[in-house]
Amino acid sequence: MIAIIDYGMGNLRSVQKGFERVGREAVVTNDAKTILSAGKVVLPGVGAFPDCMRNLEQNGLIDVVHQTVRSGKPFLGICLGLQLLFTESEEFGISKGLDIIKGRVKLFKLQDSALKVPHMGWNSITIKRRAPALQDVPDNSHVYFVHSFHVVPEDKNVIATTTDYGIEFVSSIWKDNIFAVQFHPEKSQALGLSILKRFGEQKA
Amino acid sequence: MLTKRIIPCLDVKAGRVVKGVSFVNLRDAGDPVEIAKAYDEQGADELTFLDITASHEERGIILDIVRRTAEQVFMPLTVGGGIKVLDDIRNLLLAGCDKVSINTTAVHDPEFIKAASNRFGSQCIVVAIDAKQVIAHDPDFKSPLKWADDPKYASLLLSQSAIRNPKSEIKWEVYTHGGRKPMGIDAVAWARMMAEYGAGEILLTSMDQDGQKNGYDLELTRAVAEAVSIPVIASGGVGNLEHVYQGLTTGKADAALAASIFHFKEYTIRQAKEYLKERGVPVRL
Repeated sequence: MIAIIDYGMGNLRSVQKGFERVGREAVVTNDAKTILSAGKVVLPGVGAFPDCMRNLEQNGLIDVVHQTVRSGKPFLGICLGLQLLFTESEEFGISKGLDIIKGRVKLFKLQDSALKVPHMGWNSITIKRRAPALQDVPDNSHVYFVHSFHVVPEDKNVIATTTDYGIEFVSSIWKDNIFAVQFHPEKSQALGLSILKRFGEQKA
Repeated sequence: MLTKRIIPCLDVKAGRVVKGVSFVNLRDAGDPVEIAKAYDEQGADELTFLDITASHEERGIILDIVRRTAEQVFMPLTVGGGIKVLDDIRNLLLAGCDKVSINTTAVHDPEFIKAASNRFGSQCIVVAIDAKQVIAHDPDFKSPLKWADDPKYASLLLSQSAIRNPKSEIKWEVYTHGGRKPMGIDAVAWARMMAEYGAGEILLTSMDQDGQKNGYDLELTRAVAEAVSIPVIASGGVGNLEHVYQGLTTGKADAALAASIFHFKEYTIRQAKEYLKERGVPVRL
């Protein structure tokens, strides 16, 4: 069973439906016990970084995320669920993150004024390290993005994919049991569903 | 490289697609979910439902359509029409929609966009603007908006000289009620303010061009695209694929919205993308 962490941010139904489509049972929950007993855990999220951290805290879920990551079970972060794993974010001053991945979340600062922020739409990913969930994804495939901030990990070895938007930014990371993506697999049609499918097949 | 998006738009009334769609192989060509699936298969980049249901009682129907669509189609879905309060947005997002498009409510209460983007995030707040090139108004014309006298918004109002003598310089005015009611607001300044207020995207429709099949209003589209640092979706007037190309190049739009050229199978989404690709526009194929 896959637990999708619900802390009141974002469209969780699409993530759940995506897993169901590829034959995986997924529950949307904020219950610590359910999350800790699940075989795999997904941290989704849209919205503002500090709001998301506050909501995680108010739901008593910060420790639950740390425990889940430590347990070694497959963990998938999506969009803000990637950014929250980092040490801190520049969104609204400096906000503290979960500090599971060392590094910073930065606002896009683009030289080319024709490039809009948010970075919204379909862009391609260059695969640096093929995480298990990316097994069926050809290099340079298009996936759907919508975000204004991007992650900058201290350890470049965690980078799984990068994407070009005026700069080459990190569009996913892979470290041990953690795979986390800036794009939305649940909105990336068949290709995105293949990522959810392969994640669903992973064993702890 | 970020690709330009092609977005088919469906007008939905009381749960049925209106204006007609003629696809083959659809069991029910009036069912929004069936049509959404067909566009998904063609490789549409996003899908927009415009809910034109008149009565308030029937508003719940769109939620059911969004729910059923989100079960079958895994691409970004925007819903516009009839959004009045924050709970309308919340209900649509919970049903599985990704963005909401807000027009009249924003015009009457610009602060609503601030509240909506603070609560749900800019990424899901699209401000829809219906604009027309300024035509001469009655000498006693005054903006019907309650906030028109608030000095805070003074820079948004079209000057009396622009309204009386529209030939002096090309300007566009914000309209509501499907292009019937002029609001006395400068469309470019309005777009800029909405971006500052937290809109994540502008859906810009030329009411002069809408339904004419002569192409987007390229000057308007370009003026807005250059004025804001958020993505702009061009809408209104597409009759052929060259129009789409012009909107994304000369018009500098980030995405092209179209209805009838896709609904009546004049072109498939794939044909549109191949046409654009041949001409050097980055698209997802």
